[in-house]
Amino acid sequence: MDVLFRNVRELVERAEQEGKLISEIMIEQEMLITDRSREDIMQQMDRNLTVMEEAVEKGLKGVHSVSGLTGGDAVLLQKYMQQGNSLSGDLLLDAVSKAVATNEVNAAMGTICATPTAGSAGVVPGTLFAVQNKLNPTREQMIRYLFTSGAFGFVVANNASISGAAGGCQAEVGSAAAMASAAIIEMAGGTPQQSSEAFAITMKNMLGLVCDPVAGLVEVPCVKRNAMGAANAVVAADMALAGVTSRIPCDEVISAMFEIGQAMPSAFRETAKGGLAATPTGKWLEAKIFGGSVVGSGQ
Amino acid sequence: MKFKSVFDIIGPVMIGPSSSHTAGAARIGRVARDLFGRQPAWAKIHLYGSFAETYKGHSTDVAIVGGLLDYDTFDERIKTSFEEAEKLGMKFEFIPETGNVDHPNTARVVIGDDKSEMSMMGISIGGGKIEITELNGFPLRLSGNHPAILVVHDDRSGCIANVANCLYKYDINIGHMEVSRKERGDMALMVIEVDQNVGVPVMEELRELPNITQVTRIAD
Repeated sequence: MDVLFRNVRELVERAEQEGKLISEIMIEQEMLITDRSREDIMQQMDRNLTVMEEAVEKGLKGVHSVSGLTGGDAVLLQKYMQQGNSLSGDLLLDAVSKAVATNEVNAAMGTICATPTAGSAGVVPGTLFAVQNKLNPTREQMIRYLFTSGAFGFVVANNASISGAAGGCQAEVGSAAAMASAAIIEMAGGTPQQSSEAFAITMKNMLGLVCDPVAGLVEVPCVKRNAMGAANAVVAADMALAGVTSRIPCDEVISAMFEIGQAMPSAFRETAKGGLAATPTGKWLEAKIFGGSVVGSGQ
Repeated sequence: MKFKSVFDIIGPVMIGPSSSHTAGAARIGRVARDLFGRQPAWAKIHLYGSFAETYKGHSTDVAIVGGLLDYDTFDERIKTSFEEAEKLGMKFEFIPETGNVDHPNTARVVIGDDKSEMSMMGISIGGGKIEITELNGFPLRLSGNHPAILVVHDDRSGCIANVANCLYKYDINIGHMEVSRKERGDMALMVIEVDQNVGVPVMEELRELPNITQVTRIAD
């Protein structure tokens, strides 16, 4: 298969040599691989963006999951922000609350767009709709945000993993946060190389994160991990825009993530057998929700 | 490259809560139904690894049943698939397995009715993408890099030539092909990876060929 880039280095080099945005390279590659028109591809991403907008809107009105473990935190955060005393700042908290909103909808079996997975679906839209208020992007720039995220996610998915069962939460929320961080840079007018630095800085701070869902539900700690993934993405983007660089190149950070995932015991890879899922409270919640055992005899 | 499209990363649009355990599971169910060619009367679904440990929490069970009812990943009816299955008279049971498998998210879907039955093994590799690793005891070695056509047929001379001719007619190039059979003259399976997407007219023409039992495509 002919592709325009196989790793971040090739992606950044191509963008800088051709004087193009990373989102543009992703769109061109999609046209090349799928034989679809630019218009068709842009329209599909526009529809995905609409799904994300609807999910955030729904979450900000307040949703609750069937288990009762999650829901309503996005509303709490928005109310708190409106009081005007937030310590971390409105943009950061807005990103956090919108990431939470999306994942609360996901936990309640609502409709979402996986970015790159459902469990990590809050980070990319959460950050997008928060920086939107500051940067006032056009609709096309918002769609491009998703292509830039997708370009970096494409590299991670093919060279490492985006599956919690294979690589832990670092592969899911870690990837999502790093993808978002790279996309923020492009929207803010930074260079492709700065996108790569932001990605590396974010991913480095997500390394080792395990996937330990309480009762096997995509709720605790997933919703709050999306919140912090969004915060991480925004802060790392600011660092890269300030000129801070990563000593370890982006592709090597991705390789490290993959290696850590491979070495991770299965208890920490989405089996609900270790970490927070195995705490006394985690087990108690599991028993309460599933009446004694999550692994039953089927129907 | 297993993930080809940007929409494998930004997508799919789906009912929560998990791309691998809900959307991927729904897709495994739907491919099985597609291969079977009709609504099965019953289904026995064996779950392995993370699927076995967390299927209730991730709604893997309702998603697979939804897939067997031909629902897409974003179909709201996934939530009530058990009730829908009951209305349609489809019986199903889930069997969590403890055996070791190569991939943590593995399901074996055994489905059938009074005419025939079928067994398929699928894995969910993340972000909603799936691979089919076994069909009726035939191991499938699909790279996942290209669209593929699965043809279940009777082991008779001319079958392979007919299928290849039909693809040639539509200018579809074969990149990789494998044929396996249970016993001489018995059921056989062609697995064909192609470079171009296979349209509905091609599929219909393949189905009309002599000694062909079932034709399914797996989108890349």
